[in-house]
Amino acid sequence: MRRVYLDHGATTPVRKEVIEAMMQVHSEVFGNPSSIHSFGRPARKLIEEAREKVAQAIGADPKEIIFTGSGTEADNIAIIGGARANQKKGKHLITTVVEHHAVLDAFKSLEKEGFEVTYLSVDGEGAVSVEEFQNALRDDTILVSVMHANNEVGTIQPVEEIGKICRERKILFHTDAVQTVGKVPVNVKEINCDFLALSGHKIYGPKGIGALYMRRGVRVQPLYHGGGQERKLRPGTENVANIVGLGVAIEHAVAEMPAESARLEKLRDRLIEGVLGSIEETRLNGPRTKRLPHNANISIEYIEGEALILSMDMKGMAVSSGSACTSGSLDPSHVLMAMGLTHTTAHGSLRMTLGHSTTDEDVDYVITELKPIVDKLRAMSPVWERFQKGLPIH
Amino acid sequence: MYTDKVLDHFTNPRNVGEIEDASGVGEVGNMKCGDIMKMYLKINDETNVIEDVTFKTFGCGAAIATSSMSTEMIKGKSIDEALNLTNRAIADALDGLPPVKMHCSVLAEEALKAALLDYQKKSGKNLGLNEDDFEDWDEE
Repeated sequence: MRRVYLDHGATTPVRKEVIEAMMQVHSEVFGNPSSIHSFGRPARKLIEEAREKVAQAIGADPKEIIFTGSGTEADNIAIIGGARANQKKGKHLITTVVEHHAVLDAFKSLEKEGFEVTYLSVDGEGAVSVEEFQNALRDDTILVSVMHANNEVGTIQPVEEIGKICRERKILFHTDAVQTVGKVPVNVKEINCDFLALSGHKIYGPKGIGALYMRRGVRVQPLYHGGGQERKLRPGTENVANIVGLGVAIEHAVAEMPAESARLEKLRDRLIEGVLGSIEETRLNGPRTKRLPHNANISIEYIEGEALILSMDMKGMAVSSGSACTSGSLDPSHVLMAMGLTHTTAHGSLRMTLGHSTTDEDVDYVITELKPIVDKLRAMSPVWERFQKGLPIH
Repeated sequence: MYTDKVLDHFTNPRNVGEIEDASGVGEVGNMKCGDIMKMYLKINDETNVIEDVTFKTFGCGAAIATSSMSTEMIKGKSIDEALNLTNRAIADALDGLPPVKMHCSVLAEEALKAALLDYQKKSGKNLGLNEDDFEDWDEE
C-alpha cells in the first residue's frame, strides 16, 4: 500500500545531512562545551557555528540567538520572561485567540500573576486585524505576541505592521515563527520583532531543539536557574548534536525555500481543488492565497475528523484534524471556532501539510481515495441524513 | 490507542442503516461534543425479542465501534437483556477503550435505552424506563 505523509505541520523526517552531522557529533565530539580543554573546545566551536547559521537564516546577529529545548520553551522564555522583566512599566499584554497553546498557555499563566491580557479576534480566514490591535493598545501595554503564521489553517498574519507599531511605542513584540521558517521568508528586521521562536523538527531537523531570537539590548527575567549557558536563559549543558542538527537543517531549509515553496504551493493548490471539486459539501478553511505554501485545511461536512483520520490511515494517508476527539479536549480546535466555524464544520476539519516527500502521485492518490472514505462515513452519519432531508443540524 | 476489535468494528461496522418501520428509534449526543448516535429497533411485540437493530453514528472511531458492538450484543436478545446491557460491557466486548473514549460507550448504552423508551411510548408497555433519566444522561 502507498504511504502518503501529509502531516509535515506536526513534524518532519530528519534530513540526511542533519543525521550525518549529528552522528559525527555523537561519535566524535563528546566534550562539554563549557570545558576549556581540547575535548570541550570543538563542541563550543560547533555550537557557535550553528548559532551563526540560525542567525543568518533569519537576518539576526549570532549574539541574538539562544538555543532552547523546543519552540514552546522559546515562546515561554520570551513571553513570561519578557513580561516579568517589564512589569514595572505596565501589566497589559496583547496576543491573539489563534496562537499555539505554547503561547496561549504562557499568557494564561501570566494572568494568574496579575497581568491583564487582551486576546485579539480573527476574521473568517483566521487573520488578525491591525486596526483591532491598535485599538487594544494601552499606555501600560508592555508586550505583544502574534504568531507569524497559524499552524492549523496556515494564515499569515500582518506581523510586520504590528511589529512596526510596537517598535514605535517601545513595546516588546514576540512572534512565534515555528511554522514559517523555511516556508516563507523570515527576517527579524523586517518583522520588527524583539523575540522570535523557531523549532528544529518542523524543518527536517531533530526534535527537542528550538531557538529564541532576542534582539540586542532586550532583557528578560530567566525562567530557569543553573549554569551560565545560553546567556543564563537556558542553563544546562548544551545538547550539542541537536544544536548542530538545527544549524544544518535551517541552512538547508532557507536555501531550498524559493524552489521548494513554489513546488509545494502548486501541489497544495491541486490538492485543494481536487478535493473541493470531487466531494460535495466541503470548504477550504483559511485564506486561499495568503497562507503557508504547504498547508491545506478542508472541512468535510457531516462527518467527524477522527473517523476520517483513522479511515485515511488505513489507506496509508497520514493527516490531522481539528475535531474535538483529536484536539485532546471536549471542544474542537480553538482556531477553527475563533474563525466562526460551526461545531459541525470544525469537527469535520482535515489538515494536510505537504513537504519534501510529497509528489504529484501523492496528491492524485489522496484525491482518488478520499471520496469513497467520505461516502462510507456519510452513509452512516445521522447528520448527513438530516442534511439530505433538509432537517436542521443541531 | 485502539484495540484490534475497536478498529475491526470501526472499519467493518455491523448493522449500519435505518429500519423504515422501526418499533423504536433513539437519538442521543450533541453536535458540540461531536458524537451523535441514532439506533433503530425492530421488536416482536409477542415475544419481546429484538429481531433487528441498526444504527447511524456521527463520531470518532470509538463512537462508531461502540455503536456497532452494541447492536451485535442485543440482536436476537430480549428487551430485558437489552435493558441490562451496560456501557462497561460494551467497552469490555471491544477489549477496552481508552479512558477518554469511555463516554462513547455511555452514549451507545444511552442510544439503546432511548430507542427502548421510544418503543415503550409507542407500544404502551411499561419497560420501567423514565424520560427524566435521559435528561441527566445528556449532561454527561
